[in-house]
Amino acid sequence: MNPRYRSRRRRNVIAIALSFVATLIGLGWLVLILGALVWEGFSGLSLAVFTEMTPPPGSSGGLLNAILGSLIITTLAVLIGTPVGILAGTYMAEYGRHDRLTSVVRFINDILLSAPSIVVGLFIYEVMVAPMGHFSGYAGAVALAVIVMPVVVRTTEDMLLLVPNQLREAAAALGMPRAFIIMRVCYRAAKAGMITGILLAIARISGETAPLLFTALNNQFWSTDLNAPTASLPVVIFQFALSPYKEWQALAWTGALLITLTVLTLSILARVLSASRKQS
Amino acid sequence: MAEAAIPTAPVITFSTRAQALDRLRRSDAIFHVLTRAAAMTLLAILGGVIVSLFIGSLPAFNAFGFNFVFEERWNPVTERFGALAPIYGTVITSFIAMLIAVPIGLMIALFLTELCPMWLRRPLGIAIELLAGIPSIIYGIWGLFLFAPFLQSTLQPLLIATFGNVPFLSSLFEGPPYGIGVLTASLILAIMVLPFITSISRDVFEAVPPVLKEAAYGIGCTTWEVFRNVVLPYTRVGVIGGFMLGLGRALGETMAVTFVIGNAHKISASILAPGTTISATIANEFTEAVGDIYTSSLIALGLILFVITFIVLAIARYLLARIERRIG
Repeated sequence: MNPRYRSRRRRNVIAIALSFVATLIGLGWLVLILGALVWEGFSGLSLAVFTEMTPPPGSSGGLLNAILGSLIITTLAVLIGTPVGILAGTYMAEYGRHDRLTSVVRFINDILLSAPSIVVGLFIYEVMVAPMGHFSGYAGAVALAVIVMPVVVRTTEDMLLLVPNQLREAAAALGMPRAFIIMRVCYRAAKAGMITGILLAIARISGETAPLLFTALNNQFWSTDLNAPTASLPVVIFQFALSPYKEWQALAWTGALLITLTVLTLSILARVLSASRKQS
Repeated sequence: MAEAAIPTAPVITFSTRAQALDRLRRSDAIFHVLTRAAAMTLLAILGGVIVSLFIGSLPAFNAFGFNFVFEERWNPVTERFGALAPIYGTVITSFIAMLIAVPIGLMIALFLTELCPMWLRRPLGIAIELLAGIPSIIYGIWGLFLFAPFLQSTLQPLLIATFGNVPFLSSLFEGPPYGIGVLTASLILAIMVLPFITSISRDVFEAVPPVLKEAAYGIGCTTWEVFRNVVLPYTRVGVIGGFMLGLGRALGETMAVTFVIGNAHKISASILAPGTTISATIANEFTEAVGDIYTSSLIALGLILFVITFIVLAIARYLLARIERRIG
């Protein structure tokens, strides 16, 4: 075998080996992190987690008020963010497909999609918390809504662009006004994809901590008053994990496990939905 | 989706046909205006972020001038603030993270597109994307309780022992192994951006026309040579766009870093020492900040972070759009 050929072969084998190792490392982290989460979080999982309030330092308790707060804030954020996101995506795909406004909004949207979430928290602090004079669940919900919007805009636009134009033309030929064509034809055709987008957006915000730190803050007690500081699972995890108390740290692990399970379920659900759409 | 083509006719309950049509025309116009307004809302949000952060940071810039950016001192008691230490921390952690994540991400993408058996591709791709979906606070808590103690007892003493007597490197790996610190934060960031880099690289690698690769294999190239001389040059712009997107994530990442960086406002030569980043400083101190200047300095930090990430992300989007145009 000539030496040049041998060195090329050797180089190839090394590269392939490295790529195997890299893949193992990449997947290894996933296994390590999920394993640790299940190991540490599962031992603390009991009925008390869902029925008792967050405890004062040094005693046992649950995460009920944090779970409730997270559910309320997330729901409200989705209710605010989704309609705006869907309408904006509709404009970009249906009305202004070749507009200047559309290309500007698309660029801005991509920036917002990966902008640091802590900056969103500062923004809402400036425009809501500071003028109102106190932290509130509403401010937390609006901060998360700002994070929901770009995700929904992106998927709505992409999905509507996939709807074949013949559908629109056929509907228009029947004499339907444009708004009806969009709502009754295009939305229906793109339904699965748009729901996928909303699910991904919920998955994205259910673990968001940074924007809630100085908008919703935290609350030790049961509270459904959104005009007051509201507890949320991620912020409680943050606070408890950094504390020196064993009970709090155990609850932080359990909360982390709950959030991860939620996020994974939502993203797998979204994937199944979009996969079933492709097959049909 | 064939049934979607049959719309249910709007129920018309008006006396005359003209009235009905009028009504339809109006609702049509209203819907158009609504969608346009929603699109404008996004512009307003971005504008609002910039304006509100700028106004919020004015007191700090008034008090310290442009020196704010170049001053290392951060003293809440005397109310003297400078942003240099957090800026340095943000840049150095992201830099080390990219240094580790980029080669690994590229190699995983190579594996996924060229070497992986077909039946394994989808599950592996999904696993990588799930890793991208895990909230950053999970990485943070894992890093604080398990990864940092692990590093403290294994990698860090090893680094100190190995490089302790090497002239230049000794200052880089100086000091006791705290566990938490710049290196730990960088490693966690690397784990976090790895899935982003991998999935974008895979997407652009898959966009290489098969004819090009087949031609290269046809003249006897090895897998590595095809990757190195055909795939990489063809997708260069997109891959760099993917790096920038990952870098944007790393720069703005908050929770994972806050847990493990140690929150120390100083610039150390050693990457084992605790430090701080812009986002970690804000997350740690904002709710406890008293006084206008303190709060305003933190908001000014946020503005600096936003400007940096905006530039990085804008470059990323520009590069990715360029390769999309070439493919599409």
